Amino acid sequence: MAPVGPRSGDAIFANVERVNAELFTLTYGATVRQLLTDLEEVEEVNKQLDQMGYNIGIRLIDEFLAKSNVTRCVDFRETAEVIAKVGFKMFLGVTATVSNWDADGTCCSIILEDNPLVDFVELPDTCQGLYYCNILSGVIRGALEMVSMKTEVTWIRDVLRGDDAYELQVKLLKQVPEEYPYKDDE
Amino acid sequence: MIGVGKIKQYSNVLDKPLSKGKQEVSLSAFAFLFSELVQYNQTQVDNIAELERRLEDAGYAVGARVLELLCHRDKGNRRETRLLGILSFVHSTVWKVLFGKVADSLEKGTEHEDEYMISEKELLVNRFISIPKDMGTFNCGAFVAGIVRGVLDSAGFPAVVTAHFVPVEGQQRPRTTILIKFAEEVLTSFSLIVTLFL
Repeated sequence: MAPVGPRSGDAIFANVERVNAELFTLTYGATVRQLLTDLEEVEEVNKQLDQMGYNIGIRLIDEFLAKSNVTRCVDFRETAEVIAKVGFKMFLGVTATVSNWDADGTCCSIILEDNPLVDFVELPDTCQGLYYCNILSGVIRGALEMVSMKTEVTWIRDVLRGDDAYELQVKLLKQVPEEYPYKDDE
Repeated sequence: MIGVGKIKQYSNVLDKPLSKGKQEVSLSAFAFLFSELVQYNQTQVDNIAELERRLEDAGYAVGARVLELLCHRDKGNRRETRLLGILSFVHSTVWKVLFGKVADSLEKGTEHEDEYMISEKELLVNRFISIPKDMGTFNCGAFVAGIVRGVLDSAGFPAVVTAHFVPVEGQQRPRTTILIKFAEEVLTSFSLIVTLFL
């Protein structure tokens, strides 16, 4: 059988089972609200969201690789493009754009215009330090770690804080070569 | 999370037009999120009853908001004031919007006047969840039970709502039944007076 080429984000999204985005949005809101009630400190909630995102990311990458059929990315530029165009589309139904590459090609920004997590949301005064969508940064970090890239993901712009779009900065810290758990000569 | 009268953002979220509700995300995105919600709550509790209660509380918040949203968008700001009306609203409209299909069945309980049951062959939230034996009768459908309770409570029909597994012959996975037990005041005519103020 001839190898199947990588599928576009739209094609995959059309083929996966989908649910109403509002259920997703409201469930996420309920999660953040529970965290805020339990942890009370905004910083703690940010960290917990990131951790939850990380847990999701390490499992999400398997599904992503299985459904999207992408070939190995040649460099970090391609990785970022694939995340923005295929990854976001496949799971959240929105496309992101990549921009602001730095000179070495290790740091870029992923910009989201549309974000299903934040429909109906407004941050009250008491939660001004909250990165409401911090789960996304955890997801990206976790997914990339499973494909041997250690990254740091931070929020540059956030609509809930008054900016005009969502901008995530993804910085490649290092590529970790794959380690085999068994020695060859044993 | 809507702050009253706070114009912190440059455009007030209340000014944004309401979406038509047709946007979708992948089922796996929701399943991942839900699994994280359950896992997080597992770390915060010591026993199953507490876990179910927390999931139900999360669902309650979703239900209250779903009612507001649907009443405004789909029903033109009209609310159901009768018991059967609100039950069929939950069974068809709410289920259709949240899960993409109407619920499998709506039945009246035979033993008690105030009990109704909504059944579903496989709840969306339970699709990718398996319950280990040592958790006994725990059902993640408690989240959906919470949604139903949130809708009913906000509509003025207080009830106790729980989710149960009902084994079905010939089917490997049991069916889930959401049991709704209405409070005393709903069944008396006082309910009509209470719900008239919208």
